[in-house]
Amino acid sequence: MTIVVNGRQRDITAGCTGVKLLEDLDLAAERIAVERNGEVMNRQTFAACTLAAGDVIEIVRFVGGG
Amino acid sequence: MTDLLTIAGRTFRSRLMIGTGKYATFQQMREALEASGAEIVTVAVRRVNLDRKEESLLDYIDLNRYFLLPNTAGCQTAEEAIRTARLARAAGLSDWVKLEVIPADNTLLPDPIATVEAAKTLVAEGFVVLPYTTDDHTVAKRLLDVGCATVMPFGSAIGTGLGLTSPDRLQRIIEVIGGQVPVVVDAGIGAPSDAALAMELGADAVLINTAIARAGDPVQMARAMAVGVEAGRMAYQARRMEKSTVASPSSPTVGRVGDK
Repeated sequence: MTIVVNGRQRDITAGCTGVKLLEDLDLAAERIAVERNGEVMNRQTFAACTLAAGDVIEIVRFVGGG
Repeated sequence: MTDLLTIAGRTFRSRLMIGTGKYATFQQMREALEASGAEIVTVAVRRVNLDRKEESLLDYIDLNRYFLLPNTAGCQTAEEAIRTARLARAAGLSDWVKLEVIPADNTLLPDPIATVEAAKTLVAEGFVVLPYTTDDHTVAKRLLDVGCATVMPFGSAIGTGLGLTSPDRLQRIIEVIGGQVPVVVDAGIGAPSDAALAMELGADAVLINTAIARAGDPVQMARAMAVGVEAGRMAYQARRMEKSTVASPSSPTVGRVGDK
């Protein structure tokens, strides 16, 4: 099934959890924040959730800025 | 006597806040932070690049030593800024946010009405809000009234290094807001003399990014800014002399050689 991550379509297997997605994206050790379908989630809640087809996910991190 | 800066109950020894953008390398940024003595460090919130693994800024910032202040730079509406602030908080470091709402018109000057709206919502959600604002004292007062933890008027536009283009307007904000919440001059500072002037006027702190990151030697400039802020603060506390349009000699007017 397909979800959208940071504006890009991505195929995932049915039953894929948030933690699995973060591992697949090599973000398991990063300090990130996640929004799922417009709702900001803390990492634990996102990690535990099962993703659904059509989910729109935003994953952000801190970068240099003023 | 220790001269502490207090924001929302948290105290800081340094009155210089530093941005982390525009450095040539993360290593250079780390050295500039160190040289500046700053404790509050701003960062931006952006999408993770999924195409390639990028180095993490946070690997270069000791979170036991620096207090991270996420900004909402890039947000053009109150809604976007609120969304970004919520994401920043979800990253789990603090509930502080440097609020910026800046329309896409290339001036990088804030939208004061949207900033007040966003501040109101964020304060209600428990955020400690430090808003970037214009040098208009009524807007500053509105931000104070909705519960902001500081007001952060610009000296001049972001990234220009033009210094304080309207010191009288900053002075008015300091008169209206000073003593209630800290006034932090943010944006436009180009040289330590600008930072010193802001502090001499009675600003509680300054926030600097480009003037350090884009100096020929950012680490040396970070040091220079720290000294400028300190000099300005000390001068403010010492209360400068009154200006006079009439000259007055510093040396005795009697006992001159050859006097009759």
